[in-house]
Amino acid sequence: MGWFKRLKDGIVTSTKDKKEAPDGLWYKCARCKEATTIKELRENYHKCPKCNYHVRIGSYDYFDLLFDGKYQEHFSELVSKDFLKFKDLKPYDTRLEAAKDKTGLDDAIVVAEGKISRKPIVIAAMDFSFIGGSMGSVVGEKIAKSIDYCLKNNIPFMIISKSGGARMMESAFSLMQMAKTSAKLSQLSKAGIPYFSMMTDPTTGGVTASFAMLGDINFAEPEALIGFAGPRVIKETIKKDLPEGFQTSEFLLEHGFLDFIVDRSELKTRLGDLLSFFHTKTA
Amino acid sequence: MVFLEFEKPLESLYEQLEKIKQVGEQGVIDVSDMIKELENKIKTQRKEIYSNLTGWQKVQLSRHPERPYTLYYINQMCKKFVELHGDRYFKDDKAIVGGLANLDGQSVVFIGHQKGADTKDRQYRNFGMANPEGYRKALRLMKLAERFNYPVICLIDTPGAFPGLEAEERGQAEAIARNLFEMAQLRVPIVCVVIGEGASGGAIGIGLGDKVFMLENTWYSVISPESCSSILWRSWDYKEQAAEALKLTADHMYKFGLIDGIIKEPLGGAHALPGEMAKILKKHIKKELVELVGMDPDVRIEKRIKKYSKMGQYAKKPKTKSDTVSTKVK
Ligand SMILES: [Zn+2]
Repeated sequence: MGWFKRLKDGIVTSTKDKKEAPDGLWYKCARCKEATTIKELRENYHKCPKCNYHVRIGSYDYFDLLFDGKYQEHFSELVSKDFLKFKDLKPYDTRLEAAKDKTGLDDAIVVAEGKISRKPIVIAAMDFSFIGGSMGSVVGEKIAKSIDYCLKNNIPFMIISKSGGARMMESAFSLMQMAKTSAKLSQLSKAGIPYFSMMTDPTTGGVTASFAMLGDINFAEPEALIGFAGPRVIKETIKKDLPEGFQTSEFLLEHGFLDFIVDRSELKTRLGDLLSFFHTKTA
Repeated sequence: MVFLEFEKPLESLYEQLEKIKQVGEQGVIDVSDMIKELENKIKTQRKEIYSNLTGWQKVQLSRHPERPYTLYYINQMCKKFVELHGDRYFKDDKAIVGGLANLDGQSVVFIGHQKGADTKDRQYRNFGMANPEGYRKALRLMKLAERFNYPVICLIDTPGAFPGLEAEERGQAEAIARNLFEMAQLRVPIVCVVIGEGASGGAIGIGLGDKVFMLENTWYSVISPESCSSILWRSWDYKEQAAEALKLTADHMYKFGLIDGIIKEPLGGAHALPGEMAKILKKHIKKELVELVGMDPDVRIEKRIKKYSKMGQYAKKPKTKSDTVSTKVK
């Protein structure tokens, strides 16, 4: 069946309804402190034109950068709920509402299906702006559902990780998402369907220790923070300063945990190249 | 004997008991009735204390310095145990132990976190906090078990995977992730039991199984109550509240469907009667193995993955603007 025929419930919209800064505003680089216009920044793949710093961007930004035109969102009906009635300084449901209001998103991951260089792919992309990109039940379930979808339709899968780790407010449920997503990925692997894992700034904790490290191909954007424990915790443990460049993409590449580092401007081309090596059945 | 804070009423009763026993030894007064009365009092008091434990008190119990650890259980439960060392790549991690054991005629592979009994031993075991080589040793032993068709039994007891500089260099995250991935597809039965602390990725790194149990006075959580307090309350002082909020006890975990059962501890906790605890644990593991060993491996794996696939709590919002097709912004 052709791709367009599957979009039966779809309504074509010109832009996704989301909060975006107008083009005229200025962006001050988090690293070199140079100012550029938002327009300039966007035209440069959300990288600082002066120092190439890769600005943290959201799921829809990646979809816009990567897909050939149209894409279809999946499983957007899944939303988090405060089933533990978790309360620290604030109740979890208040945090959830605040995060929704702030970001216009429903949770820390969005799944979409589209094409890159005319080849189908499902991408699950995380949003750090939603409670630190933390992984709770919804993140785990969307990944599990995506994998089932890819298994059924024989489509390559990709996750763009950007997360502080597990969502504490879902306690052991969030911990079990590590087991759940890894177990589902083992099924994808067994079926011979490729899974690409891209790590972006930051990727830490339970996300790194599950799906992020399990790609058939693991790669990252330049200079992203990637690790299991956070730098602050490690510093407190060893009571020493951390070496420069510790836990960066470059550090992980050097230690053998990444296949390559890719500049955001070359990401689409690189994915197209990768997909050409993994022939799955065409619809 | 070590008494935890909430056990203080017991401590004074034990002190009284000791004094009366000393008087009795002098042989002047018959104290047998008084001893009996005090022992009954202790029993009642203990029952009362232990029937109302808070989350934080269970966390304290799980860390009791006299609590039995993995190697104790293995040696108590099995006549033969051959410990196997090393991950074959880098070194032998002392915080995770494992080997071949004979459990009443059934060959099994045991894997578990190991803590130390005294200061020196605790350092030697790195407080039960494994490095990547510990998880890789565990995986090597699981693969050995798979090759010879032996069930795997994992005993979990860790305050977390070690957050060190070298652990990061050698891929702590990759090691844990790899174990989860491989354990999902392992062709032999896997039974996991939390025997003490079940902290986060360090625990689940050897914790994916067909059946997962918790001893009564243990905890399992995405983060320790102390760390949770420091992050969410921005202070170390809210560990009790964090322990409650995390709902990390065996009762909660079972109610949530995240574990398959709770294994009762003797009154006063596993450390009060460790030998008895080992017997209860052994009986439980043997019973589970009978069922699991008889299953077809493919069916077992499918059931295992299905179990984890169901874990999660979420709501569904009505489909309004959802699942629309979007085009590029530019
Ligand atoms: Zn810059």
